[in-house]
Amino acid sequence: MSLFIQQVLNGIMLGSVYSLVALGLTLEYGILHIPNFTHGALYMAGAYATFLLATSAGLNFWVAMVISMMALALIGIVMERLVYRPLMLESPLSSFIAAIGMIFIFVDGALYLFGPDFKRFPPVHTQVVQVLGTTITLQRIIIILVTVTLIVLLHLFIKKTLVGATIEATAQDMEGARLMGINVKRVRMMVFALGTALAAAAASLIAPIHLVHPGMGGPVILKAFVIIILGGMGSIPGAIIGGFLLGLVESLSGGYISTAYHEVFSFGVLVTVLAIRPTGLFGGK
Amino acid sequence: MMKRLIVLLLILLAFAIPFFVTSRFYLHILIMCCIWGMAATSMNLIMGYTGQVNLAHGAFFGIGAYSAGLLILKLGLNFWPALILACAITAAFGFFIGILALRTKGSYFAIGTMCFNVIVTVIIDSWEELTEGARGLLGIPRPAPIPLLFGGQIAFTSMPSYYYLVLISLLLTLLVIYRIVHSMMGRSFMAIRGNEELAESIGIHSMRTKLLSFLISTVFAGLAGVLYASYIGFLSPEISDYHITFEFLIFCMIGGLGTLGGPLIGAFLLTVVSELLHGVAVPRLVAYGFLLVITIIFLRGGIVGGAQMLWLKVSGRGER
Repeated sequence: MSLFIQQVLNGIMLGSVYSLVALGLTLEYGILHIPNFTHGALYMAGAYATFLLATSAGLNFWVAMVISMMALALIGIVMERLVYRPLMLESPLSSFIAAIGMIFIFVDGALYLFGPDFKRFPPVHTQVVQVLGTTITLQRIIIILVTVTLIVLLHLFIKKTLVGATIEATAQDMEGARLMGINVKRVRMMVFALGTALAAAAASLIAPIHLVHPGMGGPVILKAFVIIILGGMGSIPGAIIGGFLLGLVESLSGGYISTAYHEVFSFGVLVTVLAIRPTGLFGGK
Repeated sequence: MMKRLIVLLLILLAFAIPFFVTSRFYLHILIMCCIWGMAATSMNLIMGYTGQVNLAHGAFFGIGAYSAGLLILKLGLNFWPALILACAITAAFGFFIGILALRTKGSYFAIGTMCFNVIVTVIIDSWEELTEGARGLLGIPRPAPIPLLFGGQIAFTSMPSYYYLVLISLLLTLLVIYRIVHSMMGRSFMAIRGNEELAESIGIHSMRTKLLSFLISTVFAGLAGVLYASYIGFLSPEISDYHITFEFLIFCMIGGLGTLGGPLIGAFLLTVVSELLHGVAVPRLVAYGFLLVITIIFLRGGIVGGAQMLWLKVSGRGER
């Protein structure tokens, strides 16, 4: 029973990271129709930024994380402006190929600058907490709490503020939003800033537990794509629920079956779903 | 006429190269150019001519390479039957993956095939009883000599002989793709690239046509993989990784997608440059990334497309 609770808690923790990454991706893909494959590389960049700020600059972990989120939001804006805006009227596949190019730039740039070795974070919150009879480190609890806070903040931002309303309007109908006087270009930049900042937050949160290395974004981005295809493009609840589900499935199958094939398992689910319903589980057309 | 003459001259030049290039290093680069050129050319059929961004191409290259390696090393088969069987195995995988993945369209197809690529690599990496996993397959021999009628034989131990083998395979690939593109079949591929619904409305069975294009391209990817396996003699799971797919994609994009010569030019250019820069501390893949982004934004047709546009402008045929 203790193993089960441990795995469930681990799954929820993994799931919060997946949810945050998938949220950013679902905003970009669902609202702007940009399959931003670079998202995983930006996740990695966010982890490195936090790592460098926390170790070399000696900042407090949370300060480092906030600065890293802001820096990545800026990178997201620049990327949208320089790469995705010129491709705005092209087919999404052009953006997809451009994204692959940027993966090379970020991942191999990180490999060149920081080397292939795994970086270990100085432990942040190592206190041990008793939950339902099992012990768990405080960091894992904090990850879950921060994720929930961020999700609530995002929800409030989109639903309660005027700026958030422009994002929602653009998601529903880009042409209509433009006719209503909404600056769609600014919305695009904002969506990218939000998405990449969320990815940076997710990476920074998990970095003290997992290790930081240039290839860390690859599996995560594929899983985020799995989540948003299964959960429905642009659906925020879909991304959140899908993220937690995938985290649970992965940690339980890893705990009880085998860890070597868990990627085969999650991608196998996607491929099967796509084969049966080529537009995703909740895809309309 | 002019075009044919140039192509003929180029082929003659390619055949004459081993007579005046004796350096093993330069021959090695040429052999790699031919192998990558074959892989990129075959990817061009499904991606450039049929318009389906297949991101599992590196997996098929790896499946071909591993099938040949395993057939030769574990079953003790001769190279030539192993080559044919490996291509057949690749085609079988291509058939099943194609049937599943081709139901999806656009970005979904790209993501779906990419997931297939990851699955294939993970299986090759984890199924250690069969594939030796991360240790890799060692000691794949060069092709067995072909006996000739009058007692002699064609051996493939020397560099020039292997160069001729890959060169002929490359020309064969190009010839097949050329014939396909200029046939009714190729026209139906291009019709699907243009507009799938419209193509269906004039009686093109889109699933069957896409599957055919997918199959042909996987067979040649498998063939390139087999030649790679027996040339390098060592295989590791990375050879089926999606980074290999991305490299093929870059060859196609830089050279010019949907043109016969484009992927070949891209593969030759980038392979030569990166092999010559071997050991120089240049982050090669970062440069590839910049090249890819710049190409997709400013020069959609790649080198060949750009040259065609320039030619039209110079000869004044651009403005009518």
